[in-house]
Amino acid sequence: MEILLALMVGILYGTGIYMMLRRSMVKLILGIILLGNGANLLIFLLGRITKGAPPIIGSDAKVFVEAFADPVPQALILTAIVISFGLQSFAIVLVKRAHTVVRTDDLDEMNATDEDS
Amino acid sequence: MLTAILTGFLFSIFLVFTGRFFKGKLSILASLIPLGLFVYFFQFIPAIADGNVIMKSYEWIPSFNVDLGFKLDGLSLLFSLMITGIGFLVFAYTSSYLKGHEYMDRFYGYLASFMGAMLGLVLSDNMITLFVFWELTSITSFFLIGFNNTNPASRKSALTALGITGIGGLFLLAGALLLNNMTGTYSISEMLTMSEAIKSNEFYFLAVLFLFGAAFTKSAQFPFHFWLPGAMKAPTPVSTYLHSATMVKAGIYLLMRFTPVLGGENIWNTTLVIVGGITMLYSAVHTIFRTDLKGILAYSTISALGILVFLIGLGTQEAFLAAAVFIIVHALYKATLFLVTGIIDHQTHTRDVTRLSGLNKIMLPVGIAGILAAISSAGIPPTIGFVGKELTYEASYHSESMVIFLMIAIVLTKIFLLYAGFVAGIKPFTGKLPEEHANTKAPGFILWGPPLLLATLGIVFGVAPFIIESSLIKPVVEALGADASEMHLALWHGFNLIFILSLITIGVGTALYFIIKPSEKLEKGIARLDFIAPENLLEKFNALFVGFSNFWTNFFQNGYLRNYISIIILFLVVLVGYIMIGNTNFTIDYNSLSKITVYEITTTMILIAGIFYTVFTDSRLAAVAAMGVVGLSICLIFVFYSAPDLAMTQFSIDTLTVILFVLVLYKLPKYLKLSDYKTRVRDGILSTIFGLIITTLALQVLAEPVSKEVGNFYAANSYIEAHGKNVVNVILVDFRGADTLIEISVLSIAAVGVFGLMKLRLKMKDRRRYADTSLNVENENKKK
Amino acid sequence: MRTTIILKTASNYLLPVLLVFSIFILLRGHYLPGGGFVGGLIASIAFILHSFANGLNKTKELLIMHPGFLLPIGLAISFMSGLAPVVLFDLPFMTGLWSHDPVAILGSVGSALFFDIGVYLVVTGVTLTIIFTISESA
Repeated sequence: MEILLALMVGILYGTGIYMMLRRSMVKLILGIILLGNGANLLIFLLGRITKGAPPIIGSDAKVFVEAFADPVPQALILTAIVISFGLQSFAIVLVKRAHTVVRTDDLDEMNATDEDS
Repeated sequence: MLTAILTGFLFSIFLVFTGRFFKGKLSILASLIPLGLFVYFFQFIPAIADGNVIMKSYEWIPSFNVDLGFKLDGLSLLFSLMITGIGFLVFAYTSSYLKGHEYMDRFYGYLASFMGAMLGLVLSDNMITLFVFWELTSITSFFLIGFNNTNPASRKSALTALGITGIGGLFLLAGALLLNNMTGTYSISEMLTMSEAIKSNEFYFLAVLFLFGAAFTKSAQFPFHFWLPGAMKAPTPVSTYLHSATMVKAGIYLLMRFTPVLGGENIWNTTLVIVGGITMLYSAVHTIFRTDLKGILAYSTISALGILVFLIGLGTQEAFLAAAVFIIVHALYKATLFLVTGIIDHQTHTRDVTRLSGLNKIMLPVGIAGILAAISSAGIPPTIGFVGKELTYEASYHSESMVIFLMIAIVLTKIFLLYAGFVAGIKPFTGKLPEEHANTKAPGFILWGPPLLLATLGIVFGVAPFIIESSLIKPVVEALGADASEMHLALWHGFNLIFILSLITIGVGTALYFIIKPSEKLEKGIARLDFIAPENLLEKFNALFVGFSNFWTNFFQNGYLRNYISIIILFLVVLVGYIMIGNTNFTIDYNSLSKITVYEITTTMILIAGIFYTVFTDSRLAAVAAMGVVGLSICLIFVFYSAPDLAMTQFSIDTLTVILFVLVLYKLPKYLKLSDYKTRVRDGILSTIFGLIITTLALQVLAEPVSKEVGNFYAANSYIEAHGKNVVNVILVDFRGADTLIEISVLSIAAVGVFGLMKLRLKMKDRRRYADTSLNVENENKKK
Repeated sequence: MRTTIILKTASNYLLPVLLVFSIFILLRGHYLPGGGFVGGLIASIAFILHSFANGLNKTKELLIMHPGFLLPIGLAISFMSGLAPVVLFDLPFMTGLWSHDPVAILGSVGSALFFDIGVYLVVTGVTLTIIFTISESA
């Protein structure tokens, strides 16, 4: 399964980049989301995956008695998921704003940096 | 001594506040400052002549071994006297020359700062201090050349001069650092004692190269000479002071100062002789092709500097003596000629030598000064110029090798210099006065006094060379590390080969003066060769460099987001790929892997389908829905592998993301088929390789053993210390609570940003401007 | 926005249920899966569902104040919970403080719980602000 997941991470990264290379703004954001998911999965995978042993101490015990999944990557990913939501919504709004102002969806037409050009 | 150096700077600061009082008649008072300094340095003459060296040191940056160390020996005394003495005359002269000028106070400020910097330069014993003053002279020179800042040619010349001398300054800094590395000190006096060690050091060559770089740029040696003729755009007092008498001699000073430290080696001497020789001959010949008086003087100055470099390169006692004398000779006659030119320019408003003649009928004292200076420059007895020329010939004649070549070079140079001196000093004052100058007014005393004084000194020193012999010349030669006790200056050296050569020089040069008349034809003739002149080569190189920079910047910073991304990814792929090829050998332990179940296979398949549907669908809504599927599949993977918290979070966020997209989507345009097939294939290949690299990396990391130390610590202490059983939550709110605090702050900022972006109403003006911008861009695209 | 009567009716009942559920998730977070992040997200989903069914203005009326105000409140609670040990017991910032006797249902009550409540409020505030702002101008 690890190999399959690694492949999955690769696919997410590759497609994410591919989408980001498109000229459409919506695709750019979709690409960022795919890339974010890929990154989350990568961290999860590299922390080693364990089946059926969540990092929660049993109701009677004070410490773990059995094997458990590493909680550190999970904590990292949890914050990453929420933060990426913030990032996504900001990006979406930015795109929407840019669209209303410049009236284009083509990123290539947004390459004028100087205001007076 | 520090006070003496700082006086110039203090005066210019003082002028900032009181400048307006100095624009009128009071301006002559400014010359009291160099005069006072001249007197101050003058009183050191007896002590220095006795062989004393005066050292003063003030702490500055002790931790870096940098102090304000000053050293007054024969060499620095000669330069100090020149700086303050000629400075006095120039200051006085300026008060009349620039009478009524709007920015006269500014001019005096620059001039005073320059004087301070130049004094600091020649008195510094610490190489870092030397460097600082060196750069200060370049900067003040920049301001003075560009003094007529409304004239584009002035500004360009100022920039060229600053560029060339500034680069030279960097060479000096590099040399200082290298020498410090070799000797452990910045003090030049201490380096003197380590001369042998430096010469045997493997970096000796490099140190010499750096110092040459500094000296040749500052003293306008070929091929860096071209900034000096350009610098003649400055008002004439500046040309007199900086670009003939003092600043350009800083390079000479540097070479002389380091002769005892670095000199004596073959590379040092040969290079100096060759560079000096080329410079003196090249620019002496050039004087024939000029009609602008200041142009003639500029090239003859470069030539004189070449002679000095040449003499230092010869490296014999005689040569040092000749160099010391020639510095004085040159300072006297060249300053005179410049001042005379300034007067002519001031009174007749032209410097075109073809239009000047017979001015002695109007300004006799100026004519006398000019003719005396021309004679001194020509080396006709009884001037000090004659003494200098005899010594130069003798030094060349007694050189160790290539005597014939050296003699031919120096004699030819002197012939052309004589011609230049005559054209500048005699031609304007002889012959018939042209009609156009008939009404020229006579200059006042303040204008003609200084050049006449200098010219007279040239005669006085020539008739009685003993005045300067033991007081000025000998200490200089001793400072260069040669024994001067046997030396003797005299006007008459006897009837020998040298004297015959002198006669030939004078004869041929005078003949040349009568045969060749300066004319525009000659000037245009040489202009045809301009395309191989170093100046134009440099300009072409500059243009090339600017062009390349533009190309390079536009290539990378082209404003196309996808290009930035492609370049970043491409770089990563190439770099990581290069390292991975050959280093990738990992074995996957299939026993340690988790078993694959039907659920997982199904989930994975859905995930893959979702991803590719997102990428390839033509409908935005379908893409967003597929995104949701991808998120939910990942959520399922979290469920399978013991991460309930993640699954819950992912599920909620996924829902919200889809809602968000759907809300905005209706306001966004439909997908456009913007890129052609070729681009998509190219991007596809790049992305595939990138994905493969990530997969390979992940597998490689998986093959390594993992450390669970941190996780185990949290797990062990979760309940005992933090009273919680859900370790992930305990990490978030307790162990790493501060991180979470920052995270929720970031979230809040994102929310405020969203709120601001959406609620913000652009002003109508901005809106229109942006609309115009996009229209323009569209039009441009259409044109393409 | 046209919605079915079923959704409209259901959302009226779902809102309180989901809110209670989100608080439940928040409070049990220390022992079982859950916590401030998930709880906050569920709470905001509850309000968003309500707004879809009854219109944004109704939901806003229900909330009384703009969700943006939850941000400073939540941040303040979280920060205070970290600051409490410094002020009260002169301990380092964010040291956990705990009641001696476990409370029914919740288990041990401590400063971490208040911290989590702050997180819950901030997440709710952020999500609602973003979604509301966008749907208002969309």
